[in-house]
Amino acid sequence: MRDDTASRSPSPEAIRIEGLHKSFGPLEVLKGVDLVAHEGDVVAIIGGSGSGKSTMLRCINFLETPSSGRIVIGGEEVRMRPDGSPADRRQIERLRQSLGMVFQQFNLWTHKTILENLIEVPVYVLGTPKDQAVARAERLLARVGLAEKAGAYPAFLSGGQQQRAAIARALCMEPRAMLFDEPTSALDPELVGEVLGVIRDLAAEGRTMILVTHEMKFAREVSSHVIYLHNGRIEEEGPPDRVFGDPKSDRLKQFLKTVA
Amino acid sequence: MELIGAAGAASTLDLLAYSPPGWGANLLRGLWNSILIAGGAFGLGLLIGIFGAYGKLYGGPVLRDLLAVYTTVVRAVPELVLILILYYAVTDAVNQALIAFGHERIQISGLAAGIVVLGFVQGAYATEVLRGAILAVPPGQIEAARAMGMPATLLARRITLPLMLSYAIPGLANLWLVATKDTALLAVVGFGELTQETRQAAGATKAYFTFFMAAGALYLTLSLVSTYLFARLERHARRGQPSVGGAR
Ligand SMILES: Nc1ncnc2c1ncn2[C@@H]1O[C@H](COP(=O)(O)OP(=O)(O)OP(=O)(O)O)[C@@H](O)[C@H]1O
Ligand SMILES: [Mg+2]
Repeated sequence: MRDDTASRSPSPEAIRIEGLHKSFGPLEVLKGVDLVAHEGDVVAIIGGSGSGKSTMLRCINFLETPSSGRIVIGGEEVRMRPDGSPADRRQIERLRQSLGMVFQQFNLWTHKTILENLIEVPVYVLGTPKDQAVARAERLLARVGLAEKAGAYPAFLSGGQQQRAAIARALCMEPRAMLFDEPTSALDPELVGEVLGVIRDLAAEGRTMILVTHEMKFAREVSSHVIYLHNGRIEEEGPPDRVFGDPKSDRLKQFLKTVA
Repeated sequence: MELIGAAGAASTLDLLAYSPPGWGANLLRGLWNSILIAGGAFGLGLLIGIFGAYGKLYGGPVLRDLLAVYTTVVRAVPELVLILILYYAVTDAVNQALIAFGHERIQISGLAAGIVVLGFVQGAYATEVLRGAILAVPPGQIEAARAMGMPATLLARRITLPLMLSYAIPGLANLWLVATKDTALLAVVGFGELTQETRQAAGATKAYFTFFMAAGALYLTLSLVSTYLFARLERHARRGQPSVGGAR
């Protein structure tokens, strides 16, 4: 756990969102949200179902196209057309390579072994020499406790193992920041702990992370900043001890009661 | 008839012998031509199918409409009619173009025309087979690749196409078998594929039964070998997926 001053430390900005709006047709899902994550920050996004958490996260790497607003990754602003769509495909691809995303459903490629999953992007997109990529992949697999699963296909792993492999796959790109979208929501309860353990280690080593989660205890433990989304707006935000320990708005109080 | 009696059996073998007076070499040449046309047409059809499927899924409205017309018309009209139309239309169009540019008429090789015509027909079916298979790929796996910054063409080649293959292979195997048999339709335009060679051999010797049985056996062999190879390919494409039948 870090105190509030950590998020205001002079370390450089990793991710900045300003005035982000997003509509799906007539439905306005994000109504102007902002976020700043400095390097080493762990920002937790919490909120009820349908409040726009996933959409906000997915706008950062343009898996969703914002309707308007600014996205800045590592000091580089994403160039958008007036309608919010990316003006430069190549820029988006380059920035995505610096953001490791972890999905609720793992999304490992089923036709590749775990090792092949890990080296795919480094070798075929980033041009890392294969032996180097393999060495790094093996190191990361060992780190998430999957050294002996390198040659296995994803379908033969448990959910917890698949998610740990997916985290290792994202780390293999040596990303500037990690984006997690409810990484434990699809897991059986007894498998949640092993995945949270890996994420906790990443937080401890100072990784920049944006984490959408329903695990309130965990969010409070690892985050340096918490954002509570309600109906597409940031209803309340602040350091975890304040947000969880002394919520101001009635909605957040209500929300924390229902999830506790 | 030649099948009756020992003398008959000997003459059957003589008729099918590889070198003259046997007609075996002609039949095998016909078979080889059939395989060439079917292979070429299937390959061309696959290529059209990949572009057609991606065009139908991600293309603009005009492209989509054109592809809809293509797949609808080709699949609605009997293949024999299409082959007659396309064969004469294609050869005619090429010659018209040649003359327009001040060249001589040429005799278009039956092989090339056959491949183009059958490939055009195959492409319509392949478009639908591949479109369905691409839609069957779990979207999350495509999204994961996109999220890691994989460019679109690389993503199609390394992720989408290999993943959709396991869904597409049963349909593609059917298409291949149809292609091998559709080559027989080219006999109507006089191309020397297996059926045409068989007709000539049978006509010259009056041994219709022998030669058409032999041709049938060759088609069957081709089909059995193909089925075996497609089964192996399917097993490869399904690597990493637990089998459904295993846990009965
Ligand atoms: N592709 C889409 N098309 C239309 N509506 C969408 C789309 N994606 C999300 N929505 C809608 O946007 C709203 C916010 O969705 P989002 O997935 O961001 O919520 P969430 O906070 O992540 O919820 P959950 O906790 O259930 O994952 C929801 O009402 C959802 O139905
Ligand atoms: Mg969500």
